[in-house]
Amino acid sequence: MIEVKDLHKTFGEVKAVDGVTFSARDGEITGLLGPNGAGKTTTLRMLYTLMKPDSGQVLVDGIDAAADPIAVRRRLGVLPDARGLYKRLTARENIDYFARLHGLATGVLRQRRDQLVDALEMRDILDRRTEGFSQGQRVKTAIARALVHDPRNVILDEPTNGLDVMATRGLRTFMRNLRAEGRCVLFSSHIMQEVALLCDRIVVIAAGRVVADETPDALRAQTGEANLEDAFVKLIGSEEGLAA
Amino acid sequence: MSAMLTVWWKEVRENLRDKRTVFSALIYGPLIGPVMFVVLMNVIINQQMQKAEGPLKVPVIGAQYAPNLIDALKQQGLVPQPPLANPEKAVRDRDTDVVLRIPADFGKAWSHGQPAQVEVIYDASQQDASTPRNRLEDMLRLYDKQQGALRLLARGLAPSVATPLVVSQRDQSTPQSRAGMLLGILPYFFVLAIYIGGMYLAIDLTAGERERQSLEPLFANPVARWRILSGKLGAIAAFSLASLVLEAVAFSIAGHFLPAEKLGMAFDLGAGFIADAILLELPLIALFAVLETLVAAFAKSYREAQTYLGLLMLLPILPSVLMMVLPVKPAHWMYAVPLLAQQVGISNLLRGEVVRVGDIGLALVSGFVVSALLGVATAWVYRSERLAISA
Repeated sequence: MIEVKDLHKTFGEVKAVDGVTFSARDGEITGLLGPNGAGKTTTLRMLYTLMKPDSGQVLVDGIDAAADPIAVRRRLGVLPDARGLYKRLTARENIDYFARLHGLATGVLRQRRDQLVDALEMRDILDRRTEGFSQGQRVKTAIARALVHDPRNVILDEPTNGLDVMATRGLRTFMRNLRAEGRCVLFSSHIMQEVALLCDRIVVIAAGRVVADETPDALRAQTGEANLEDAFVKLIGSEEGLAA
Repeated sequence: MSAMLTVWWKEVRENLRDKRTVFSALIYGPLIGPVMFVVLMNVIINQQMQKAEGPLKVPVIGAQYAPNLIDALKQQGLVPQPPLANPEKAVRDRDTDVVLRIPADFGKAWSHGQPAQVEVIYDASQQDASTPRNRLEDMLRLYDKQQGALRLLARGLAPSVATPLVVSQRDQSTPQSRAGMLLGILPYFFVLAIYIGGMYLAIDLTAGERERQSLEPLFANPVARWRILSGKLGAIAAFSLASLVLEAVAFSIAGHFLPAEKLGMAFDLGAGFIADAILLELPLIALFAVLETLVAAFAKSYREAQTYLGLLMLLPILPSVLMMVLPVKPAHWMYAVPLLAQQVGISNLLRGEVVRVGDIGLALVSGFVVSALLGVATAWVYRSERLAISA
């Protein structure tokens, strides 16, 4: 369970996040949708305590991120916008490194890693160095690395960016499985079909503000548009930055 | 396994797989000094030996005016060369080190018992020409004394009348201290090995990791940043230490290839020296690890960090240069200044002197205190939001 209350963040003159409030519930997939530069990545960075909000509050499973950032990070699995694999290490070594940083014991580590490797179908690349990995292989490795400690809450920043159709389909299945396991899944995207396909709840962000926080059906009803794409355009106020 | 150790082990392992880092930390850094040193020293020493002991070839102009003088000089090892048309130009152009010119009126002045002039043409700014010039002047001075004594005897006077003062030289240098002068640059090589040993790691672990965007996922782990920093500093220190130890061993081996005994010098680069030198240098390992990381943390990219750290490499030369230019007497307070302490300490060890335990202690304490202060500053920079964000 992730709760975000009235977050603000400015960089110099730019108000990147200007009063964002929403909740992502357990057993649901929540989509953070907005055009490029709307403040999605900055919002997520404040969630996983990489940045401190100027004001506002982040609660993860009821823990205040400002008060105990390490406990919050322990409860989060994070795939940042920057995948940042270590290219001189193999996929297995990348996963194990983060597992050790989470303090996982060898037995638990091996079991968790095996589960993820099977779920993400990445057994064949496990012992290859990540240098030269395809975009899909990189995302798989980064996701396995982020979830190896079995977190209740999962944050994925633009997870399907740069993936081909097959890889995207595989990832969608994986995310639905995370939901089925009762986890709280929060992901950001600027691709509306994806959000519409996956999400139980959609939070639309534009210019640092939440302009809608509804189920897909309610969104359509609210805007009076039968087509989701038209609904988004209406909410955001322009067609700029939205991928069709 | 604690988080710090996890980070340390991952960084060491990852960087051992990087050819450039391994080459610079474990081959280039520690070996460039000893190799350069042996080659240079051998060239210099052999050149000096040749000039000091071999037959002295000097072009002589006007040899026909002073046949007796030339004969006497020949006995002392001079090999007269044919005269040159323009001796001043030849000396300036370094075609020859020194030229002897005997004026046409030499014989006339000599037979009248007046001081007869000879000219020694040289260029004082040519360092390596000073040995042949001194040898020629010594030969001339000897001949001058002999002839003066003969003239006094011919007039019934004891030659000692003309030498009211005798200067006896008592050189207090030992073979080891003479070697120490020659090895003055060696402390700098030690410092350089530590610096280069950790440099690529420091760049890679901060600026490099940010450029590759892996710092952001790393910081999303439930580990305090100062712990991650400590692990990284430890990895840098491990490479620096390896570089230093290799360097010390290489110097110890290189010592056998120096023809020092030819110059009446001796130095001991044995196990005792190595152990003391490494002990003295330990604080610099910590100091450079934090300093390099601090600088790299300010750089926006790998290349920028490389530029900054390349410039910073000049810093450790300062004490060496200062000690060479200013002939300051080593004092105990110098052990309280990092870099200077290592310069003075290693110089003393090379001169075969004992460095007091108190001085070594002072060097260790001051070095580690400065490192700790810089470490706090680095940890503070590491906490900034800006650090993890690459784009």
